[in-house]
Amino acid sequence: MTQILDAEVLAIITLTLRMTILSTAISSVIGVPLGLWLDRASFAGKRLVVMINRTLMASPPVVVGLVVYLILMRNGPLGFLRLLFTFEAMVIAQVLLITPIVCGIVYTASQRSSERIRVFALTMGADKRQTRSLQIKELSNEIFFAVITGYGRAMSEVGAIMIVGGNIRHHTRTMTTTLSLLRNRGEIEQAVFLGAILMLIAFSVQMIADFLRKRERRADENF
Amino acid sequence: MKRNFMLYLAVFVCLIIVLSACGGTAQPTQPAPAPVAEPASTPEPTPDPEPEPQTGTITLATTTSTEDSGLLDFILPNFTEVTGWDIRVISVGTGAALQLGRDGEADVLLVHARTEEDRFVAEGYAERRHDVMYNDFVIVGPSDGAIAHNDDIEATFMAILDGNLPFVSRGDNSGTHIRELQIWESLNVSPEDNTNYIEVGQGMGATLGMTVEMDAFTLTDRATWLAYPDVGNLVIVCEGNELLLNPYGVMVVSTTEHPVGAQAFIDWITNPATQQLISTFGVAEFGQPLFFPEA
Repeated sequence: MTQILDAEVLAIITLTLRMTILSTAISSVIGVPLGLWLDRASFAGKRLVVMINRTLMASPPVVVGLVVYLILMRNGPLGFLRLLFTFEAMVIAQVLLITPIVCGIVYTASQRSSERIRVFALTMGADKRQTRSLQIKELSNEIFFAVITGYGRAMSEVGAIMIVGGNIRHHTRTMTTTLSLLRNRGEIEQAVFLGAILMLIAFSVQMIADFLRKRERRADENF
Repeated sequence: MKRNFMLYLAVFVCLIIVLSACGGTAQPTQPAPAPVAEPASTPEPTPDPEPEPQTGTITLATTTSTEDSGLLDFILPNFTEVTGWDIRVISVGTGAALQLGRDGEADVLLVHARTEEDRFVAEGYAERRHDVMYNDFVIVGPSDGAIAHNDDIEATFMAILDGNLPFVSRGDNSGTHIRELQIWESLNVSPEDNTNYIEVGQGMGATLGMTVEMDAFTLTDRATWLAYPDVGNLVIVCEGNELLLNPYGVMVVSTTEHPVGAQAFIDWITNPATQQLISTFGVAEFGQPLFFPEA
């Protein structure tokens, strides 16, 4: 790993993008409906669920990594799946980290606006389904923000994937684990280069997000 | 309301218990804070003509094996006690430790890659290298007999390569990694021809843990091996070969801002009393010393 940008580094970048996009997608598919549902639903112990959600939003990646490791290890409950030190294990750990973040942000946003929207929809004579779709539409910016935040966590995270992925060369080595390794090896130059690429990707994601939001706003103006 | 509160409390307590249970299995990575030397309020027994700072904190860059095995926790409190100097430990691979020395981030180095150490001295980053101690590397692997216990490192490495057996390499430019590569090189083979050869880029303890999980082979220093809490199905398959000797050296970095403290460390670690201390480390727990004095 002496060259600045070779096939290996490109493969690491590709793997990182695949992992983060996949885990963010899964987390969003679970977290967004969960957050919306949590706002609508009322049941005993709801406050407790919300509190647990808030706690999980701040769970340290190494703790999540350790828990997933213990579950997936040879003698663990799901050890027979032989998933430890694989791409899948990293995605599982990331989904556990990101889903609460997406869910929590969506829940908070929904809680703030749902009352107003419901009253508005009611006065306009909307039925239940129409109300819900209006709600989602009104919340689209917040949902978008939740997903982007989740993606940010996925990109920046290193503690969990280091433990469950094992930082195996050509296999489970991502940009952040490579950075950490390069530092351990004393190869600071290459580490700085990779760090710059990481920042560039983060910036690109924000640009795309910004672009999409603008387009959406323009579409809204047609009403 | 009151019932709710009790429920929250119960969950919180459960959470703490679970978390502390997780914490219990993790090994401490930081040495216990050494007792801070008493300020110079007590009069010196022998008054020194030139007033120079006699205590402070020096930084030791060392390998993961001295830290993961517990040696430093065992001997360093004595250093502070004897010399009055505090010591801060950065434990990384040998390659990174040497780099910390080059960057002037460390005052003393305790590492184990002879060729790299000699280069470090030749480049002028240190005046000289001192012998400290040695132990040896061993090859560990599954006990089910793919490779029987032997002392022929070359045959063992070739059997791993030819049999396409899983082998976990440190891959982090550490002394252990450098030695492993030297052995492959001396055999004129490329380990990467083995499709089950993986590089994990982590410290010795983490690498051993992965080797246990994967039921694979790896090259490890004996100290970390003996100190590792749960080695599962693994046993030593190869040991006692000349190529597996693992000498540790200590050097004062030329750019150090604490030449007195750094020199005190060298004098202390090569001192017969400390050497004696090193040779007792691990005897009670493992029935054998983990490091052998060489100064």
